[in-house]
Amino acid sequence: MNAHAEHAGHHVVPVSTYLIIFAALIAGTLLTVGAAYYDIDFQVLGYTVPLNTTVALLIAGTKAALVVLFFMHVKYSSRLIWVFAAAGFLWLIILFTLTLADYQSRAW
Amino acid sequence: MTDARQPALPKLHYLNADYGIKSWLLTTDHKRIAILYLLGVTFFFFVGGLFAVLVRVELLTPAGDFVQAETYNKLFTMHGVFMVFFFLIPTIPAVLGNFLVPLMIGARDLAFPRINLLSWYIYMAGGAFTILAMAAGGVDTGWTFYTPYSSTYANTHVMLTGIGVFITGFSSILTGLNFIVTIHKMRAPGLTWFRLPLFIWAHYATSLIMILGTPVVAITVLLLALERAFRIGIFDPALGGDPVLFQHLFWFYSHPAVYIMILPGMGVVNELITCFSRKKIFGYHFIAFSSVAIALLGFLVWAHHMFVAGLSVYASLVFSVLSFLVAIPSAIKVFNWTATLYKGSVSYQAPMLYAMGFIGLFTLGGLTGLFLATLAVDIHVHDTYFVVAHFHYIMVGGMVMAYMGGLHYWWPKMTGRMYPDTWARFAALVIFIGFNLTFFPQFVLGYLGMPRRYHAYPEEFQVLNVMSTAGASILGVGYLIPFFYLMYSLRYGAIAGPNPWGAKGLEWETPSPPPTENFPVTPMVTEEPYEYGAPGAAPRGHVRPQEAPGD
Amino acid sequence: MTEHGTASAVAHQFDDLEQQREAGSLGMWLFLITEIMFFGGMFTAYAVYRYAYYNAFIEGSSHLNVPLGAANTVVLIVSSLTMALAVHAAQRGKKKAMVAWLALTIVLGGAFLGVKVVEYKDKYDHGLIPGALWNPKHEGGVAPPAEMQLFFSLYFAMTGMHALHMVIGIGIMLALMRMALRGRFSPEYYAPVEVSGLYWHFVDIVWIFLFPLLYLIGLHVVKGHG
Repeated sequence: MNAHAEHAGHHVVPVSTYLIIFAALIAGTLLTVGAAYYDIDFQVLGYTVPLNTTVALLIAGTKAALVVLFFMHVKYSSRLIWVFAAAGFLWLIILFTLTLADYQSRAW
Repeated sequence: MTDARQPALPKLHYLNADYGIKSWLLTTDHKRIAILYLLGVTFFFFVGGLFAVLVRVELLTPAGDFVQAETYNKLFTMHGVFMVFFFLIPTIPAVLGNFLVPLMIGARDLAFPRINLLSWYIYMAGGAFTILAMAAGGVDTGWTFYTPYSSTYANTHVMLTGIGVFITGFSSILTGLNFIVTIHKMRAPGLTWFRLPLFIWAHYATSLIMILGTPVVAITVLLLALERAFRIGIFDPALGGDPVLFQHLFWFYSHPAVYIMILPGMGVVNELITCFSRKKIFGYHFIAFSSVAIALLGFLVWAHHMFVAGLSVYASLVFSVLSFLVAIPSAIKVFNWTATLYKGSVSYQAPMLYAMGFIGLFTLGGLTGLFLATLAVDIHVHDTYFVVAHFHYIMVGGMVMAYMGGLHYWWPKMTGRMYPDTWARFAALVIFIGFNLTFFPQFVLGYLGMPRRYHAYPEEFQVLNVMSTAGASILGVGYLIPFFYLMYSLRYGAIAGPNPWGAKGLEWETPSPPPTENFPVTPMVTEEPYEYGAPGAAPRGHVRPQEAPGD
Repeated sequence: MTEHGTASAVAHQFDDLEQQREAGSLGMWLFLITEIMFFGGMFTAYAVYRYAYYNAFIEGSSHLNVPLGAANTVVLIVSSLTMALAVHAAQRGKKKAMVAWLALTIVLGGAFLGVKVVEYKDKYDHGLIPGALWNPKHEGGVAPPAEMQLFFSLYFAMTGMHALHMVIGIGIMLALMRMALRGRFSPEYYAPVEVSGLYWHFVDIVWIFLFPLLYLIGLHVVKGHG
């Protein structure tokens, strides 16, 4: 165990963690492919809400989060890094949401 | 601290540390890179200004008799493209920011000096492509490149210009990236966030916008180029594409871009107002937070450029309300500057004249922005000269004035020389008068219904247009005057010494011009910013700039 | 201050190695934010047009090869693992392991690109390149919807831009390997490896989203296509 690498901010992630995350990512891939073949619908109040896209995005989002937190070491990084990483994705959401708001509301 | 002896230039500083063209073209010194940018932006300012002159000459007469309509379209497009992308967006961050950010925080350089140099090369490369496009015949789509005209029908050099703009965007991104890392990681000991000069806060906020927004216009221009090259139909209605999507993607960046243009100017004004009223800034925290607020809120308002593009009233309402909100942090700044001036010991050197001009003109421009944010009014004044006047008040009356003020204020630091203040004040006055004569009539013209981007107009608008062109001539002269006396000062100007204004700030605690490494010893900061002491008290350390013999 | 005989010089503008490392990390994250927004513009265009032309998008997607796409996804995930292991080896000062993991990452990246070449060629063969070469087969005598060309425009723009980033990534990995072989890294100084790893993982994340959005749309609707 190399003690030199263990100073502040130099957390060495054990290989076993990487392997577990890897397995989760593979599982997620298989899951998302499998789920794509089924009609995933949510019945509420007589309406059928199609959820395939939501499910696919949730799985992809989880996989991305695992990569960001563990492979990209954000879980072991300073809050500054965490804030900037989150900000990037937040800004993407802003771009989507407000643009799609126009398209959803065009016909109103 | 008045030195009885005439101050002398330091023996070794960043300008004479090394000689030869290679030492400049391969420099990693942020101060030299700032000078390289100064040369670049000045060149592009004159190119853009030349197009403005041609536009205003055409508009002297109601008929379109100076140039053909297609040519006129190219004139205002090239004016916009060069001014927006090659002057307004880069100038204060790349010239003043590059020079001052490390100095103001007590650092030896920016975090990534080679990336800084790269950003200059990228800027010049983008500029070269755009000059090439201009030489090859120019572009006539408007600087906004709206589709489907730009993607399908225009037969001018959209691709070349688009490539130029795309490339230059990366210059902006790299500058912003450098500033954010530098400000986070390289502040001198004792320099906490709330001891930073507000110039730094302004540049930090600006850098956030550069990082978050510029990539979107990059991909937008790229998609436009792909569409032109391969006819792939992303914005082509015939294939189901939506031209308004282009507008969404374009304005997602281009609205925050205007905050990239103005925030650094506001940062400069903070420094000028405090120094020339010898007073601590009023409401430091409010100004700091409002800078970041403007940066963030500025991303939520882009569709106010699209009120007549087919959005529903509900979507427009949302963007209208958000646009009103984004005015609030700007207003806070104006109130705080005014409160800073109140009971200050005000002196009227040229930088202060520019700062005061900024406050007044920016306020006017900003208020007219609220008119435009009001849906019912915008329907009538959209695409008229009202809009043109609005943004010129902010960009020229605001940002360019702030830049001129900052350039004059820090000129002694950058060059070691003072310019003749009488000439400088005269030029400031000429600029102020010329500016208002140029652009105030345009508010009236727009309100009366004169559309923008037209080379001919009804007879009854001629008087106002002639006034505007007359103003533009005066404004042009006003911009030329500093060019001459600043050049003159390089050889014949009085030696400035480290702190000719008696100002507060780390940049004034090192010689003028600074040595390459900025500070022989890293400074320790124990003071709050802008500690100018009680108002009315004798300014400490204030050395009257000595007039050069024969001035 | 320990020296391990490596050229772990602190650049003149920094006070120490730690400040330099933190600055580099933050700098790379800021760059990745710009990449998020860069790809984000295309994802926005995708979202808008998929919402408007769902059926055309389903039909377009049905022409994509799901097993190949899934295989590529697995390839990239493995390459992220090998990249993380390369950084791990660098942290431990294990030069040979680091070089080996980097080499493996490059091979996997190359494999990904190879599959993409196969896929692109397939599209070319079926006349599915948008623009002048657009000439898709008429299933049952019916022409596909005009908006299907939009799907493929976005497909090529997004996967093409992604592939370009992969190529750049492979270039960076090669440069890292060269530096590693010359003994430039040590447990104190491996920042370039860490920072390049961030870039590689990011490119993987983009594909993690591209794959379901492009390949898996409407599989539950149009069963039997592959």
